[in-house]
Amino acid sequence: MTTAALITVTNLTMAYGSFVLQRELNFTVHQGDIFVIMGDSGCGKSTLLRHMIGLKAPTAGSVHFHDTDFWAVSDQERNQIMRRCGILYQSGALFSSMTLAENIALPLSQHTTLATAEINDIVSMKLALVGLAGFDHFYPSEISGGMKKRAGLARAIALDPEILFFDEPSAGLDPISSRLLDELILELRDSLGATVVVVTHELASIFAIGSNSIFLDADSRTMIAHGPPQTMLATTSSAKVKQFLTRGGSFH
Amino acid sequence: MQSDNSHLSTSPRQGTVHLEKSGTTLCLHFTGHWTIGSDFPVFTDIKDLFPESFCIPSTWNSLEVNTEALQDWDSRFLIILRDIQGYTTLKGIPFSDTGLPSGVQRLLILASSSPDTNKVREYTDTPSFFAIVGGKTLHLLEDCQGLFTFTGAITLSYLRLFTGKAQFLKSDFLYFLEECGPSALPIVSLIAVLIGVILAFVGAVQLQLFGAEIYIANLVALGMTREMGAMMAAIIMGGRTGAAFAAQLGTMQVNEEIDALQTMGIDPIDFLVLPRLSSLLIMMPLLALWADLIGIAGGFLMALTLDISMVEYYNQTINSVNLRHFGVGLFKAVIFGYLIAFSGCLRGMQCGRSASAVGTAATSAVVTAIVFIVVSDAVITVIFNILKI
Ligand SMILES: Nc1ncnc2c1ncn2[C@@H]1O[C@H](COP(=O)(O)OP(=O)(O)OP(=O)(O)O)[C@@H](O)[C@H]1O
Ligand SMILES: [Mg+2]
Repeated sequence: MTTAALITVTNLTMAYGSFVLQRELNFTVHQGDIFVIMGDSGCGKSTLLRHMIGLKAPTAGSVHFHDTDFWAVSDQERNQIMRRCGILYQSGALFSSMTLAENIALPLSQHTTLATAEINDIVSMKLALVGLAGFDHFYPSEISGGMKKRAGLARAIALDPEILFFDEPSAGLDPISSRLLDELILELRDSLGATVVVVTHELASIFAIGSNSIFLDADSRTMIAHGPPQTMLATTSSAKVKQFLTRGGSFH
Repeated sequence: MQSDNSHLSTSPRQGTVHLEKSGTTLCLHFTGHWTIGSDFPVFTDIKDLFPESFCIPSTWNSLEVNTEALQDWDSRFLIILRDIQGYTTLKGIPFSDTGLPSGVQRLLILASSSPDTNKVREYTDTPSFFAIVGGKTLHLLEDCQGLFTFTGAITLSYLRLFTGKAQFLKSDFLYFLEECGPSALPIVSLIAVLIGVILAFVGAVQLQLFGAEIYIANLVALGMTREMGAMMAAIIMGGRTGAAFAAQLGTMQVNEEIDALQTMGIDPIDFLVLPRLSSLLIMMPLLALWADLIGIAGGFLMALTLDISMVEYYNQTINSVNLRHFGVGLFKAVIFGYLIAFSGCLRGMQCGRSASAVGTAATSAVVTAIVFIVVSDAVITVIFNILKI
């Protein structure tokens, strides 16, 4: 468990203008973790991801990647770090004017010197990994919502990133696909040695894959629980967290 | 029941209510239909049922509801009940919901559980006059700052392009070249020919008074080359391409595509703005040149109806314009092209994260572009006038 710290968040306050979403966030994501971010809708989970990726500057506090403070380095260095991250956005964020293959090929052609044929091989392999083999030439508008999620995942893992961020990967997927996705995430962690940060509401996923987690609260605007999901459930004193983790008592 | 149906369907279904008193308890009896599309008393009528002593504290112990004779209900019934509940609570009389159908009970509880005030963003009440003026001023300053920042970003991006570090897709660039050039030709031609005709017509009415119809040729040729060719092409492209750029980038913003680019280590300005801006910079002077020629042809058509000979008109036109005039128009066209692409891309990149924000961005792009075009045209004309170009 106590492997090297990959992302360290210290005293982070997030705000849009004068609207403070969360304050005093402190946690560490370790190498090899599957780190789950939970919380009610609108409490700022996606925004927290944006901070951890380096897309949004903290209002106060800091986010460190390894030992570098995201916002103390130049834009180039920040870009360099971002390249080591793969991100699956809540809405998929596929480029709508490009086919799936072109979407996945884009980071490869921008950041590697691979020949076109090799890139194509990687693209079809990644598509096959997420169960979309043969959909190379489809446009994002021609596939279903769940397929967009998976295509987004294929693009996120295109460069074999060191750390993967998922914003609600299983929202809109049927239970079977979402279990397959969980297994895929575990598989990726083990095979690529990637660290995973995931925002999810899926209790099954949280308990099945989460190795560490935090719970953000919209009312008190800070994190109210921290730790591996099982331990969190067993030790939390907050009724809200307990309810969330047991789906108001109905989940076993 | 069945036999009654025909009779019932012609008159709207009814809902009624009456009040019974027993001891210190009031009971409202609801009967019939309380749904959308049926007739029943409104809340104020029900309020009138209550006795005058209703307002005197501790006269009545509780208000009950009896719905045994209620046939069906929907949200309208809920609204009435909510009003009654609110009214009795206000008067300090406990409202008992036990007589209600269980569905209504649950919905009432749901509806009355007050929203968590913590979560709702605090909005200050109407700001004072000075706050409004200050706010607008700050907003204006921010807007100007945005203009300069974006200009700087574009400049840096072009520097990267010339040092071979900027990346965009060739296919994108070709696509935009076509979009800003050949695809716009028909509409530009149509407008240009009409502008030529209009210039000639307006001129003819005046010049005929002096028997100087032939000077229509000068008017049209100079008007088109120095002003109208570039101007009309710019206005069309502003409405057509500028709005399209804003909408495209805005949608990408909504769809988190711009974030995705950024996190891939690709500069959105390089990748998205450069191809759009460059293609418009290349295509605008060509379009303006085309508009010049077509406009002159339009003026010529008009002149033919005024008995000016073809040769005469041709000679007059050739003598009145020279390369310098074309140069002025083309220079303006390049500037306009930059301004259109600039406003389109700026508003697109600034777009918020909703569908309506995309609409606003497109509108704002067109307005910004047209303001920029007209202002810069005025400035350029004055400067050229001083420089005697
Ligand atoms: N660009 C923005 N400007 C202003 N406020 C924003 C912006 N983006 C998000 N917000 C606000 O921040 C809050 C948190 O948004 P966020 O997307 O982080 O929520 P979330 O926890 O991911 O919710 P969900 O589970 O529904 O995805 C919301 O209340 C939203 O209104
Ligand atoms: Mg979210």
